[in-house]
Amino acid sequence: MKYKSQQVAYWFFALSMLLLALQIVYGFIMGFAHMGYDGLHDIFPFNTCRAVHTNLLVVWILSGFMGAAYYIIPEEAENELVNVKLAYIQLITLALVGVAAIIGYHFNYWEGRKFLEIPRPLDYLVVLNVLTFLGLILATLYKGKKRTTTSLVLTMGLVFAALLYLPGMIWFDNQTMDSFFRWWVVHLWVEGVWELIMGGILAFLLIKITGVDREVIEKWLYVIVGLTFISGILGTGHHYYYIGVDKTWLIVGGIFSALEPLAFLGMALFAVAMYRKGEKKHPNKTALNWTLGTAIVSFVGAGLLGLAHTLPQVNMYTHGTLVTAMHGHLAFWGAYGMIVFAIISYTMPNMTGRKLFNTNTGMLAFWLSNIGMLGMTVAFGVAGVAQVYLERKVGIEFGLVQKEIQVHFFILVCCATLFTSGITLYIYEFIKYGRPSNEALVD
Amino acid sequence: MLSKSQARTFFLGGTVITFAIFLGLSWNSLSNAVPKQTHEENLTDQVVRGKHLWESNNCMGCHTIFGEGAYYAPELTKVIDRRGEPFVKAVLTSKAPWAPNGRKMVAYGFSENDADDLVAFFKWIGEVDLNGFPPEPDLKQ
Ligand code: HEM
Ligand code: HEM
Ligand SMILES: [Fe+2]
Repeated sequence: MKYKSQQVAYWFFALSMLLLALQIVYGFIMGFAHMGYDGLHDIFPFNTCRAVHTNLLVVWILSGFMGAAYYIIPEEAENELVNVKLAYIQLITLALVGVAAIIGYHFNYWEGRKFLEIPRPLDYLVVLNVLTFLGLILATLYKGKKRTTTSLVLTMGLVFAALLYLPGMIWFDNQTMDSFFRWWVVHLWVEGVWELIMGGILAFLLIKITGVDREVIEKWLYVIVGLTFISGILGTGHHYYYIGVDKTWLIVGGIFSALEPLAFLGMALFAVAMYRKGEKKHPNKTALNWTLGTAIVSFVGAGLLGLAHTLPQVNMYTHGTLVTAMHGHLAFWGAYGMIVFAIISYTMPNMTGRKLFNTNTGMLAFWLSNIGMLGMTVAFGVAGVAQVYLERKVGIEFGLVQKEIQVHFFILVCCATLFTSGITLYIYEFIKYGRPSNEALVD
Repeated sequence: MLSKSQARTFFLGGTVITFAIFLGLSWNSLSNAVPKQTHEENLTDQVVRGKHLWESNNCMGCHTIFGEGAYYAPELTKVIDRRGEPFVKAVLTSKAPWAPNGRKMVAYGFSENDADDLVAFFKWIGEVDLNGFPPEPDLKQ
């Protein structure tokens, strides 16, 4: 760590880990409810758990991205963060708005629009918070000595992500319009601008870990984010097949969304190629694992499992079933969960000065969480395919089909336990690292 | 070999072009297709009130509509066709927990008026032209 203000990142990562732990608790409640054990229904009905589960997911990932930016931007721009105090205020208000929203969900205070459940008044606070964050990042970049491609791509991703939040705040009377613009947020985030953020963090990690020349890495970064937007923007059409808009989207969305995996394939090939080209001397093997892991697992979860149901002929049957949940889990985990874990694993030794790189706990955390999540994906997948067949092909009633597939949720909960034990070990290590220290500053 | 500035041009050019096409297609859909396919002339105040109830209670946190939402409870796009209006109203106004096949729904106990609004919303939803969704179960005997 070269700049003292990079330490801010630690607290964003800590918030991130805390929210992830809570997210998992609500995931278990839903897993059991699907299995038939809904004993908590009166206190935590399913819709509450679901809103909490997915919103915590988004917030812990965003908090991770913000921490990553607070660490990466000063280092790339070669300048201290312009205002550290404001960064802490931003952290605390982010946590407060998040907690307020989550509490509201337990008292029927929400807007039931999937992923955008935060009520409008709180939305304005989110906007204010994000503007503060962007102000700090942009000012630091502006005052810095250098503007590298890595930092520009990362910043561009963050700025666009903020802008794209706005279409989700427009009020529509027509459900089709509502849904149309909801996807400008949800789809253009995960299959567009968040990939820029992921690409930026990945490029930073590869430059540091493999020692390959920055020019080479950044050239490929442009190619990857180019592929992302060229396929992903028109790929939004894969959510417009069956919501009440014209059939043009069946063709446009079908073709362009089928190209989206190329960006993820690019990411995987890029990471592996740079690793092989590099010196393999960097001691932080845990960070290396997560870095290569995120590139590969995102290709499987987002690329391959997305492709599996993106053509209109398939999506007609799988649309809005547990098949979607299968893809949603591995895609979010592989692309955005693991990139946050990668940057945390890379930065912790630098911020705290403790070199716990290659512990068994760290390795075990990596393997247990990934094998657990892969198992969960298979469980959702088997349940989903059975559901599609029985409900949409054979025409058996929803409730009867759900009884038929309950057993897969037992497997889901078993795999989720494995996953959770991996996460627990990771958080244990995070705590063991302790706080950031000024003694860790190097020139 | 590809240079860095060529790669940047690929990124910027590709983004601008595809985004322009995206805006054009979106404009076309919203101004031509949506009013027709959703029968916007039938979008009454009652339907809008129903939509508001649908949102403020986060029904989408368990159900799907147009295939969007959660996977804990049935798709409701065609629920009026499937169950008929009296059945749906009974479920919505019931104060006792409704638990078909053992899976519980929140007992909202809506007023008659609110239930009517929701039914109007479902009727409007059911008539939207969804390009063939939900599919007919083609293996049904
Ligand atoms: C990291 C990237 C990705 C993430 C985090 C992600 C996540 C998700 C999530 C959470 C949903 C459910 C959304 C909702 O119903 O509100 C979804 C739906 C979908 N995703 Fe992705 N996805 C990613 C990439 C992709 C890619 C690359 C493809 C295609 C090749 C794809 C294809 C689809 C399709 C077709 C649906 C709609 C499923 C349905 O009709 O129910 N996704 N994705
Ligand atoms: C221990 C862990 C977990 C369990 C048991 C679990 C279980 C569940 C369940 C039961 C649902 C609701 C499906 C429905 O609507 O019926 C869900 C939704 C979701 N979960 Fe998890 N989850 C866990 C961890 C995670 C993690 C770590 C992530 C992300 C990295 C995640 C991402 C999601 C997403 C994106 C959805 C929405 C999916 C969609 O709408 O298609 N979950 N989860
Ligand atoms: Fe998408």
